[in-house]
Amino acid sequence: MDSPSQRDQSLETLQDIRRMMERSSRFISLSGLSGVSAGICALIGAFVAHKWILEYYAVGGYVSRHGYMVEGEHDLKWRLIFLAAAVLAAALLSSTWFTWRKARRNNLPVWDLSSKKLLINMFIPLVAGGFFVLGLMYHTDWDYVAPTCLVFYGLALVNASKFTLSDIRYLGFLEIILGCVSMYYLHWGLYFWTLGFGVLHIIYGLIMWWKYERGVQ
Amino acid sequence: MKNPIGNLNKVFDSRIRMGVMSILLMNEEISFNDLKQLLELTDGNLASHLINLEENGFIKVHKGFIGRKTNTTYSITKSGEKAFKDHLEALENMIKGMHKPG
Repeated sequence: MDSPSQRDQSLETLQDIRRMMERSSRFISLSGLSGVSAGICALIGAFVAHKWILEYYAVGGYVSRHGYMVEGEHDLKWRLIFLAAAVLAAALLSSTWFTWRKARRNNLPVWDLSSKKLLINMFIPLVAGGFFVLGLMYHTDWDYVAPTCLVFYGLALVNASKFTLSDIRYLGFLEIILGCVSMYYLHWGLYFWTLGFGVLHIIYGLIMWWKYERGVQ
Repeated sequence: MKNPIGNLNKVFDSRIRMGVMSILLMNEEISFNDLKQLLELTDGNLASHLINLEENGFIKVHKGFIGRKTNTTYSITKSGEKAFKDHLEALENMIKGMHKPG
């Protein structure tokens, strides 16, 4: 009666149950390389933005209480908005690709219940933050854009962490802290933004890759 | 001596029914199509197991619509949750019990 095969069978059953529970509630195909690629996009974007801003000052542009008010031939404001949109698109595309690749390697679907849940829960704070930032720009309060992006993105990660690898939660905390601190160093916004979206993503992505994907080819 | 498999629930012998219950324990509500995708099953195969679970009172069926398409969702019942947790406990005890010599 106490045959080892029966024990193995029970163990296998329990492992099966555990796998089903996890697969149905957490999206586990999120790749660390997605974080790294998004971080690299952010670094490139920040570098270009920094260059443009320096050029703007070099030709006599100035910053008033309400951001970059000197319009005209340079149109810094619009160029920065397009740059930000391009960086967002590049980051989303590249990170989706790495995650899609990881899911395919593990023979798991990319678009299933768990990824839907992850996206919905991530996008609730993210969309709210997006409209909030657009509102700030509409009222020309550019100073607060970087801290607001960081805080809302951090909240989105904390919310999403319940539906994917839980490590994301701590990245979320770091982004929130960074956003709150940068609120008190307004003219360092771009540097904080670069730290949060560039450097932290790359470090975190590497850690996650090291933890979950290294050697699994 | 107590029969170690006496506490196992016959309904959950099937891997598919066990999979359905595992998923429903973690998700408040889940659609037929999501279940099908997660368990990698055909319509007919999944449906017969769902009917069995429903007849045992372990799951509840909600028929709804998304536009004109039917959208059937499932959730676990109180008695289903209890039955499945008892089953898990029985499995666990079985494994633990077999560690002891003799």
